[in-house]
Amino acid sequence: MAEYRVQFDIFEGPLDLLLFLVRKQEVDVYQINLTRLAVDFLRYLEQMQELDLEIAGEFLVMAATLLHIKSRELLPKEKQAETSEEDEEEDPRWELIRQLVEYKKFKDAASNLQTREDEQADIYRRLPGKPDLPPLEPLEQKTPVSVFDLLTAVNAILARVQRDEAGTSDIHADRFTVSEKIQVIRQRILQRKRVRFAELFTDAHSRPEVVCTFLAMLELIRLHIVEAVQDRPFGDIELQSHPLESENSGRLANLESEMDYS
Amino acid sequence: MDLRLVLESLLFATQKPLNPAELRELCRATAEQSEEVRQHKALSKPSVNRIKKELEELAEEHERAQRSYRLVCVAEAWQFVSRSEYAPWVRALVGQKPRPAKLSKPALETLAIIAYRQPLTRAEAEQIRGVSVDGVVQTLLEKNLIEQRGRAEIVGRPMTYGTTEAFLEQFGLGSLEDLPAAPELRRIKVERPETIPTVEEKLETAADSPGNNSDPNTAGTDGDTGNEPAKDVPENQPGN
Repeated sequence: MAEYRVQFDIFEGPLDLLLFLVRKQEVDVYQINLTRLAVDFLRYLEQMQELDLEIAGEFLVMAATLLHIKSRELLPKEKQAETSEEDEEEDPRWELIRQLVEYKKFKDAASNLQTREDEQADIYRRLPGKPDLPPLEPLEQKTPVSVFDLLTAVNAILARVQRDEAGTSDIHADRFTVSEKIQVIRQRILQRKRVRFAELFTDAHSRPEVVCTFLAMLELIRLHIVEAVQDRPFGDIELQSHPLESENSGRLANLESEMDYS
Repeated sequence: MDLRLVLESLLFATQKPLNPAELRELCRATAEQSEEVRQHKALSKPSVNRIKKELEELAEEHERAQRSYRLVCVAEAWQFVSRSEYAPWVRALVGQKPRPAKLSKPALETLAIIAYRQPLTRAEAEQIRGVSVDGVVQTLLEKNLIEQRGRAEIVGRPMTYGTTEAFLEQFGLGSLEDLPAAPELRRIKVERPETIPTVEEKLETAADSPGNNSDPNTAGTDGDTGNEPAKDVPENQPGN
């Protein structure tokens, strides 16, 4: 079945299929036997149905057009004469041939373009030389850490805590609050200037504690009191005082009075 | 001093293609620097058309000299490029040229239609291809080979599309005029032949027997064409 599918897929649309059928008749498009074309076309559609292929709407429209053309041919000669007196545009035979001729020309133009493009591969132009730049200095500045880096880091810690907790079924009271953890983190940073992300969680043995610490950290980062940095991509994340810490710490006091962080 | 040779020296030294306007600007800048050049009107203030003409003749000169490189115009800008015959050696020097991913057949067909008929709407392209072009138009837009041009002043004011400079570069075209068979494909007016010899003779129903729905002529004609197996006959019977 798969092979047939491929075989049918080569037709981009009804016009493509028609051109293929025209080639099979081995005549010029202008000389094509439209009624036979209609028969061939319908036979293809039948095959497609047998193979359970979905037939796109465009194919059905084309089938209808072809049958319309054929039905006109079935009229008695005298009546046909009347209709063929009509305008060029009105003659569906001519309309179809015109469409086929036009499509064929663009198909040829497309393969022309392909050839041109292929030729380009062998044509070399002058390229700007590579500038002699000194090697890059190692980054002095520590790069800021995105919230996704933080989430990845905290997920790793949560996974560890989960392993620790596995098998135990103790029920803890909620002993931790975010505001309490804010204090802890600020203390640590004041003492040590910089704290490693992982260090903050070494004492945490339960999910609520990890989550509280993490929320506290996010809050401090949001208020620009601490910042999360790393000295190289995928390096250890460190927390340090934000340069504007002294200005912003007031906001923490305000916030604490407004909200209860438990 | 000959303008043609001045242009040649500039194109020899440049590392990026230069268009006639840029070349004229370089001539003007040189004239500002040098009294001697200022004396030559042809060198200090050449027109863009004059530059184009000189470039075309320069290209022909190089063509006649049968050098290993030629002067070409791509997307209105001129540059020296190596001839394809020498590609194996140049490739050894600078490596394989990075090639854009190959376009699918539908994408290429749609691109050809847009290139010749621009600006045009999706519906017009669909009319020619006979199938939807939504997906391929999106691909071509993403590859920056086509761009939105404006809106057609018809119902719904649909977006129109045209090709980009990147298109000319990718296909090594100086301008849209260089598209092969451009005038013919721009607005094909297919001449209608005197008669349309496209129907089977005697397929028509006999006028004197309108109720006849198993026309013996049909089977006969099919047999005459020779190529078709007889099993097609039922297809050809006029239905009732």
